[in-house]
Amino acid sequence: QVWQIRLDMHLLNHDGNITDAASIAGIVALCHFRRPDVSVQGEEVTVYTPEERDPVPLSIHHMPICVSFAFFHQGTYLLVDPSEREERVMDGLLVIAMNKHREICTIQSSGVVMLVQDQILRCSKITAVKVAEITELIQKALENDHKARKEGGKFGFAESIPNQRITAFKMESAAIDTNNVEEQAGEIITKADPPSEVFVNPILHTPGTAQIGEGIGNSWGDLEESEKEEAAEEEGESEAAAFECQKTETEDTSMMTETKKDEPILLSDSEEEEVVILEPQEVPRKTR
Amino acid sequence: PIPSSLSAGETSVLAGLYGPAEAKLSKELPDRAALEVLLRPKVGLPGVLERSREQQLRQTCEAVVLGVLHPRTAITLVLQVVSDAGSLLSCCLNAACMGLLDAGLPLSSLFCGVTCALGPDGTITLDPTARQEQEARAVLTFAIDSSERKVLMATTKGSCSVEEMQQCLVMAQRAADTIFQFYRDSLHRRYSKS
Repeated sequence: QVWQIRLDMHLLNHDGNITDAASIAGIVALCHFRRPDVSVQGEEVTVYTPEERDPVPLSIHHMPICVSFAFFHQGTYLLVDPSEREERVMDGLLVIAMNKHREICTIQSSGVVMLVQDQILRCSKITAVKVAEITELIQKALENDHKARKEGGKFGFAESIPNQRITAFKMESAAIDTNNVEEQAGEIITKADPPSEVFVNPILHTPGTAQIGEGIGNSWGDLEESEKEEAAEEEGESEAAAFECQKTETEDTSMMTETKKDEPILLSDSEEEEVVILEPQEVPRKTR
Repeated sequence: PIPSSLSAGETSVLAGLYGPAEAKLSKELPDRAALEVLLRPKVGLPGVLERSREQQLRQTCEAVVLGVLHPRTAITLVLQVVSDAGSLLSCCLNAACMGLLDAGLPLSSLFCGVTCALGPDGTITLDPTARQEQEARAVLTFAIDSSERKVLMATTKGSCSVEEMQQCLVMAQRAADTIFQFYRDSLHRRYSKS
């Protein structure tokens, strides 16, 4: 039995270089995440809830960060961390993923540029510098969050938005005046119209299957009879189909023995139709 | 495309509004704008619950947006749930209204969302946390409009009596005053220097 980890990334705003941003977001999310604690004794596995035991972090060996380079004019010009406009007109793209120990984790080259060896080496040196400072930023942010959670301060997305900007506005939780609510509500109810009629009680067939109302009777079988009726009766006017069905139904019921209300309600007397009620099988519960 | 974020306590929703833009032939309406709402959950792909919430939000927005001013166009509202700590639907409603305001779409009135939780002993809690929602007997969400404090949308989960629902509605209408004041103040601040 193993844990399955799922990382959902939502792109909120695209202004170029999604790769770098996504790699940082992903690795920080994985570092920040806490999974439930587990203890294994032989064959027995106990998973503790977050209330029983503090969740533990994942074991992250290193933090690879991507840095992208955009090339222009057959490799003459190099731009680190291109914006959206720059991405649209670039000739080639080089992505290097590195961790803070200067180990290259990924190199990916695409586009119509052919790169020389010393260009790639220069890019990897730039990457090392960038990754070092980004990793430091990440560590600081994780520490701040850890401290805030321990000391009971506020944390999360809402707190990370800078409040001093003109486009940001914050209001503390406000109290609402709740006097006379019941009286006001009572007044509204007395002034309002009375509610419409309550429906019939549901009929319970088996556990899990209930029926409300009777439904309309099956009118398939009535088609043949209504044709015979039209031939028999000499009414020239053609009435609406609903009326015809009602007429044939009332005539049918008069021909059938009168059913008392206690007996089960017949939906239709067709022999072809059979109401089959499926019983739900016992599905074994899957633990997530 | 203008994204705006609205947070109520720990619950945060990001709203991005696109439009009125050119609509696909299959989706365009000849006399009004076609409004589409996309709700993206924090984890996983959008499922049936998100679809039903999208329809509720769409119908609420269609009631206030003056679509007849922009026929044969498409207005797309994308809501991304950033964090959920209770009262999510009302946060989505408020984010949607602020998004519409921010984008400058013509509206006949504003609206806001308020959630009430009915505790097992009958106490009414406004803006409940996730825990309060779970323990509540019923959770009601109302969309209240700004001109006459009328109800644009009402959703209930759980069972409550008619009287209790009316009481929750009156409390929601009172809370709506505070929320509309918040809209007013934040817009005032936004446009004060520019």
